[in-house]
Amino acid sequence: MVKQQIIISGVGGQGILFVTRLLAETAIQKGMPVLTSETHGMAQRGGVVISHFKAGGFASPLVRPGKADLLLLLKGENLAIHRHFLKPGGTVIMNAREVPADRGELEVLAVDADGLALKLGNPQVVNLILLGFALTARGRERLFCAGHDVVEVIKRKLAEKGKLLAASLRALEAGMGEGNEG
Amino acid sequence: MLGNEAIARGIVESGCSVATAYPGTPASEILSAVAAWQKEEGATMHVQWGVNEKVALEVAYAASQSGLRAMACMKQVGLNVASDPFMSAAYLGVKGGFLVISADDPGPHSSQTEQDSRLMAMLARVPVLDPATPAEAREMVGTGFRLSEEFGVPVMLRPTTRVCHANQDIEPLPVLPHDRRAAFEKDPRRWAATPVFRHQLHLELEAKLKEIAVWPVTAPRRLNPETSSRKAVVAAGVAAAHAREVLDDLGLWGAVAFYQVVQPYPLHTPFIDELLTGFDEILVLEETTGVIEMQLRDRYKVHGKLSGTVPEVGELSPETIARLLAGYAGSPEQETASSPAAGGRRPTLCPGCPHRSAFYAIKKAAPKGIYPSDIGCYTLGLNLGAVDTVLCMGAAVSQAAGFYQAYRLAGEARDIVATIGDSTFFHAGIPPLIDAVAQDARIVLVILDNSTTAMTGNQPTPATGISACGEPLTAVDMEGLVRACGVKFCRTGNPRELPAFVPLLKEAVAFARTEGPAVVIARHPCVVDRRQRENVPPRRKVEVTERCNGCRHCTESFECPALVFDETSGRVVIDVMTCSGCGVCIDVCPRLAIGEA
Repeated sequence: MVKQQIIISGVGGQGILFVTRLLAETAIQKGMPVLTSETHGMAQRGGVVISHFKAGGFASPLVRPGKADLLLLLKGENLAIHRHFLKPGGTVIMNAREVPADRGELEVLAVDADGLALKLGNPQVVNLILLGFALTARGRERLFCAGHDVVEVIKRKLAEKGKLLAASLRALEAGMGEGNEG
Repeated sequence: MLGNEAIARGIVESGCSVATAYPGTPASEILSAVAAWQKEEGATMHVQWGVNEKVALEVAYAASQSGLRAMACMKQVGLNVASDPFMSAAYLGVKGGFLVISADDPGPHSSQTEQDSRLMAMLARVPVLDPATPAEAREMVGTGFRLSEEFGVPVMLRPTTRVCHANQDIEPLPVLPHDRRAAFEKDPRRWAATPVFRHQLHLELEAKLKEIAVWPVTAPRRLNPETSSRKAVVAAGVAAAHAREVLDDLGLWGAVAFYQVVQPYPLHTPFIDELLTGFDEILVLEETTGVIEMQLRDRYKVHGKLSGTVPEVGELSPETIARLLAGYAGSPEQETASSPAAGGRRPTLCPGCPHRSAFYAIKKAAPKGIYPSDIGCYTLGLNLGAVDTVLCMGAAVSQAAGFYQAYRLAGEARDIVATIGDSTFFHAGIPPLIDAVAQDARIVLVILDNSTTAMTGNQPTPATGISACGEPLTAVDMEGLVRACGVKFCRTGNPRELPAFVPLLKEAVAFARTEGPAVVIARHPCVVDRRQRENVPPRRKVEVTERCNGCRHCTESFECPALVFDETSGRVVIDVMTCSGCGVCIDVCPRLAIGEA
């Protein structure tokens, strides 16, 4: 079975829990056992928030340093504090205007999700833009799932919330579009 | 399912009739999830937030005394508040299954202490179950009710943050019927036992514990019976989940005997014998205190917290466990990834939060004051220099009085302005306010009333008038309550309207200096509470004009995350991604450089 470990990081209020749960539901949809670990409480008030995501048969909900396949950074500035989770050769997908110079041996891909969100007139959707970008960046599938899998889960999850559903899908597609171009 | 949702599912599946709680991270989501499952299953239940943990536990306990299954849940420091009835209920025993859930927070991530509730269980002589995963937590709820009814004792379930806030794929099981009817049998010698009978009850409790320590259902589990080794690893809680994965990862599954303890207290007596006779060395992995370890007599062969092998402080992370297991099994040290850089953004009050304006106003009204504060979002008033002390729930009020008395001895008067949230005030702020009135403590108490328990996820307070299930309830009148405590100065204001709120606070400070305790209720809805969204004033579009000279008064004294000092222009700019449009900064800028666009 495919196994994947992902760290999702940002600051409170960016919708990290939403992305984590979206990925978890997508994994379940694909018949993969899933374990995640979330940050709740005071850190959610604008502090550093991190989610651990593990799909494909694990016992512990936490990712060990040096074991993550992918680091999704909703705030580019968190690279320094969370890069140690990545395995050698792992991939960073970050919300930033440009790729930082100090990337070591990591594959680092950046998208200006803040800028795209403002263009969409909705600062709340940075999370989905980044996820969309991660799904397609450089035309490669890095995640255990494809864009249409995530779209399906969003449609089900937000079925009764018409406006939110439309905005979410638009954001995800914007991110996917950006990934395909890069 | 989130761990807390899985626990809630177990509660509803077990036919539990009464569920109570006071919110606190990491336990907060349990009760709201109970309410949701109850609704979905149409189960006959009473689900309520208690005003505090002691009340929550007592309400649930009476249901158990009436023969119903009942559950009270809280975070570990909440159990301190509920410890009085908890200890006593252990002696009296139960009729219907009675489960106390106390969620621990090793780290700590969101707590004052990283205390181990299993020690409280030991102190109370109550058996405790320690789940490793959300799925196990759900299963242990059912086991806990069975254990409770089989032996007539309260049972504790002790999940930790990493279980509560882990998410796992779990299928719901059928729900047991909620068809028991309350049938309280009077038995004053037991239910109202005097000390003479308590002695007898204690004897009975100790006898029950001896039987529980051989109950097969909760016996430790040997997870790799095929392995033969003279070395054993004993793990409990999430440490067992980490250890399981790490042993597999490091190729050590066949190198050491691996046990998971599901009931750390009372530790099964046959297991203790098996360990001590069957192995030369034993490594114990548990959080946060060595509860299992201290029940192993002859500790000369035991490695754990007491022996100094396992860190006694902080969370047992998977990387720590990997290091310990590799060392213990004599496998080559794993290459550890470079340690993380410290730092990262600190938590802060949300943009638009009414507490920020209240703190700003307090510093204006009593610039040289002492500022005792309390537990909640507003602890983050630390960032504004408007919080000097945080001890525990309700302590702001008593500490304010204590500071007053301490300075009074030397004939000195200091302005003392305490802050407490509305939910915390109801929880533990009322007795100390009565005390302050009775002792004539000259303090100002600002009740930060955002009509919700914000920090833990916007649960209702007694003044909200809404139940845990969303039904209407009687709303408690806060002003009436404050006046009934004997406070002569009780005024309410909107902290986001600084031009009126600062003078109101100054008036309160002046009153306290000469007359007695004064209370100001700073009332404005929480900006992230969905229930109050329509009560928040509409957004204002705010801009910084050319008049800004970069003095940084706003970024330092008001500390709104949407106000950012821009190094290149030497001015403050507004981060439109974060700005909530509250417009309070317009009144904060001394140069009137912030205005409405």
